[in-house]
Amino acid sequence: MATATSSAIAVGTHHEPHSGFWRNYVFSVDHKVIAKQYLWLSLFMALIGGASAYLIRWQLAWPETYVPGWGYVEPQTYNAIITMHGTIMVFFVAMPFVLGAFGNYLIPLMVGADDMAFPRLNMMSIWTLTVSSAVLIASFFVPAGPAAGGWTAYAPLSARAIYTGVYWGQNLWLVAVALEFASFLMGGINFLTTALNLRAPGMTLWRLPLLVWMELIAAVLFLLSVGPLIAGAFMLLLDRMAGTSFFVPDKGGGDPLLWQHLFWFFGHPEVYVIGLPGFGIMMEIIPVFSRKPIFGYKTIVWGTLGAAVLSFLVWAHHMFVSGMDPRLATPFSITTILISVPFAIMVFSMVATLWGGKIELATPMLFAVGGLATFVIGGVTGVFLGSAGLDIYLHGTYFVVAHFHYTLMPLAIFGGFAGVYYWFPKMFGRMMNETLGKIHFLFTFVCFNCVFIPLFLTGVAGNPRRIYETSAYDYLKGVQPLHVIATIATLGLLIGQLPFVVNFFLSMARGRKAGRNPWNANTLEWCTDSPPPHGNFSEPIVVYRDPYEYGNPDMPKDWMAQNEPPPGLTPARDTGGSNQMKRTGTR
Amino acid sequence: MLTWLPQNISTYGIEMDHLFRLMYYVLAVWFIAVEALIVFFILRYHQSRQPKPVYVRGDTPSQAAWVLVPVLVVLMLDLGIDKVGGAVWDRIKIQLPPAAEVVHVTGKQFNWEFTYPGPDGKFGTADDQTVENELHVPVGKVIRFELASNDVIHSFFIPTLRLKQDAMPGRKINGWFEATKPGTYEIACAELCGFGHYSMHGVLTVHTPEDYEHWVQSRWAAPKAASK
Repeated sequence: MATATSSAIAVGTHHEPHSGFWRNYVFSVDHKVIAKQYLWLSLFMALIGGASAYLIRWQLAWPETYVPGWGYVEPQTYNAIITMHGTIMVFFVAMPFVLGAFGNYLIPLMVGADDMAFPRLNMMSIWTLTVSSAVLIASFFVPAGPAAGGWTAYAPLSARAIYTGVYWGQNLWLVAVALEFASFLMGGINFLTTALNLRAPGMTLWRLPLLVWMELIAAVLFLLSVGPLIAGAFMLLLDRMAGTSFFVPDKGGGDPLLWQHLFWFFGHPEVYVIGLPGFGIMMEIIPVFSRKPIFGYKTIVWGTLGAAVLSFLVWAHHMFVSGMDPRLATPFSITTILISVPFAIMVFSMVATLWGGKIELATPMLFAVGGLATFVIGGVTGVFLGSAGLDIYLHGTYFVVAHFHYTLMPLAIFGGFAGVYYWFPKMFGRMMNETLGKIHFLFTFVCFNCVFIPLFLTGVAGNPRRIYETSAYDYLKGVQPLHVIATIATLGLLIGQLPFVVNFFLSMARGRKAGRNPWNANTLEWCTDSPPPHGNFSEPIVVYRDPYEYGNPDMPKDWMAQNEPPPGLTPARDTGGSNQMKRTGTR
Repeated sequence: MLTWLPQNISTYGIEMDHLFRLMYYVLAVWFIAVEALIVFFILRYHQSRQPKPVYVRGDTPSQAAWVLVPVLVVLMLDLGIDKVGGAVWDRIKIQLPPAAEVVHVTGKQFNWEFTYPGPDGKFGTADDQTVENELHVPVGKVIRFELASNDVIHSFFIPTLRLKQDAMPGRKINGWFEATKPGTYEIACAELCGFGHYSMHGVLTVHTPEDYEHWVQSRWAAPKAASK
């Protein structure tokens, strides 16, 4: 392999003249290839996750009827399907999509580095996730089927096979989830080290794009919160396979509540691990398509850091009625309601960015603003749930289901789609088709809202979660039409993804060639070729400003790349302020 | 949205519904305001109507105030909501008023078992009776329940009473309610408990005082006069 040059930034050409298909595309250590592998994996798993949504919604709207393309759904199967739907969407779609794909692709480029700090560890992370996904998929095919205890796997239901009838399915689930955690731990180490140590000269922390801040904070949240749950997953596996009683209150003296604490201490920060990068993507796109700076960059950063700290202090709002000491509800209600403050800062700042802008509603912007508007519903409905007094009624109902889909989907999925349309030109050197993009947006936006608004109403009516059908309860007769509406909208939502799939592959092959910077954007990834070569940049990068110089009336054009020298200045070698680790030696 | 709430037949349900309404109206104002601004801004400042963007960074105090002052208002409203919500929680889950009747409730895959102490008022005696899926109580009296589980976590959920409490194996959890209106109402399970979770269905019967006497007589057929 080529040795990196000795200047402060590694301008390496890591061409390996005789590397073949396997080295370049399968076992690559290039962060851009790895990012695409994360993207393929998440899109593949989204097919399974989406198919499971189809089965769930069909059964709920037209219970015990033949589901086209599948057959009859039995109650036990239904529980397995909802379990795998949640597991796949959270751990195998959202995480690889917003962290694995966008984090990996963009962090080195946006900080001006030639790759991640630990490229081989990076490769190990995607392969660990691939093995993890294979284990999870294998769990569909074992006797008694996959895990059926919910994605939250509460004990004792999950701790003893006799309660669900599932043995290997739940065991493999635990192994797959533990491997997924390991994969993102490896990734998180890379994110942090690269962003802290490999920034180009002049790239101070206060000049980092907000997406990088969000990915970093997400990585820290994950690193600090996941350990107890990895331990818990091992303990649950031992309960299942070795007869221990960590979470089972038999003569072994375990406590089911311990599992809940271990799960949610991670589980709550985890939703911000997924959500913050989604916000970050929106915060990159909205300024570009408004041609003005993000409103209040530092306020946003400090607010996000506050949210990050608070995110460790709210977990028991998932457990208000669990049987834990009821006096805990008061402090956790307070911290939970306080966490709405930093998110209000983020939402209001993005709205303020729109004010006075010169707005172009290209597809990335439609998804970014559409995601913002839909997230507001999720954020607002969280307030109902965060107050323990009302959560008594709403906990365990569809109100919760609608709330978390209204937070996770706008951020991870709308945000993720916004990111795909925005960075596809950089990744593949071609533009995506705008018309198909707008059709995709319309279907997704309208159908998503038509699925989940009815579900809020069923929740208010007292519809419990995770039930196979409502037939046992007379008081739910009135909500059945809402379930039908939600299911028809789900069919629309799923079909509405076809324009995206078609657009993606057609554009890869025949899209209009994109130049280096089709959006006239300032961040460093737009200063190099589309797609960038190995080593990312062909000239040394020096940074002179933050990424949001758009629409400055004193400047000759309405954007200024971060590495463009100020008018009248010759390029400086080093404007200081960065910890630049010299990259030496072989890779 | 609130029209979808089932009827409330619970004393503390009145405060809970009041909390729901308060939050709903406060949040509706914010929701409408924020969404209206978003829609208005993308229309008003669309590039066809706005050839030059306004160059503000939001980093001076007077600019930042446009975000921070609304955020402060949000914070104040948050704390107000928590005050009201805290009182509701306290009344339902912290305070346990003295009870006229006590019932032991046990969740199991996939039924609710109700154990009544019988006319002697004591559990663990010969006149205890366990009934599956039927909870009988007199109207207008504080009923204490002690909740347990035989196997996995269930959740004792009576929507019309605005009552929910998870049944945790290995624990006995106390709760209470007071029903305000005679009739029959449904009991559900609100925590995934296995393949029969959707079918865990119980019936709460709230009796008038006379009807309750009849029910007690019919169950315990005591020759001596009922003394409750």
